[in-house]
Amino acid sequence: MRGRQTSQGVRRAREFEAFVAGAAGRLLHAATLLTAEPPDDNPRARRLLTLALAHTYASWDRLRGEDPYDRTRRELALRFARGTWPGRGRSRASSGSVLAALTPQERLVLVLRLFEGVAEEQTAALLGLSAERVRAICARAMTNLLRPARGRAPAALGTEAVETEVTRS
Amino acid sequence: MSLRGREAAVRHLLEGAPPRVPPGLYGDVVRRGGRILRRRTAARRLLWLVLLTAAVAFVVWASMARPWVQPPSDTTPPLTGW
Repeated sequence: MRGRQTSQGVRRAREFEAFVAGAAGRLLHAATLLTAEPPDDNPRARRLLTLALAHTYASWDRLRGEDPYDRTRRELALRFARGTWPGRGRSRASSGSVLAALTPQERLVLVLRLFEGVAEEQTAALLGLSAERVRAICARAMTNLLRPARGRAPAALGTEAVETEVTRS
Repeated sequence: MSLRGREAAVRHLLEGAPPRVPPGLYGDVVRRGGRILRRRTAARRLLWLVLLTAAVAFVVWASMARPWVQPPSDTTPPLTGW
């Protein structure tokens, strides 16, 4: 009994290590985009990813055919969403990221939809928003991202986004 | 620019400069994940223990109080001098 448990543990550890080796790079990139930290200095993103992966590790035996990558990504997104809830999160405005001018919610939707390629309906279900709202946030985020400094109005939009972030933090 | 073109441009922007995965990440994850697992196991054990204690306590109380036995009636006066 004990021997079988140990061999199961070894197999499980090997499987999980292979999963982390394959998925950690992509997930850390996504997490770093979410937290809007520069790629070479991302303590928040690392912490988010470590906690999300630890949950995947703890429920590895009970995945029942579910994709561990999907699960970790969901955990990551929900953790980030909870952490940046108005009045709770601590987002520091860093200029090292391309997404620094966006609000946390815009970053979350943009990363899920375009970087990770999650379908609109799934993103909406994950975040508890309607699909139309997700589409609107995504469009706004793309506009803010692609035209950060063209004339007066987009610049004002950009500062508004930063201000929202400051009020949230 | 079309929606597809804009999406492609944003994707390109997002893909740039991937961060380096720190070497200690796997160890950290396994340590934390193991802690979560141990905590879950402990919580499950505690729950079973409480359940078992409650069951034993109930059995002991029931066997002493015997709530299923009809109590002797004391409203009817005993039949004497008949």
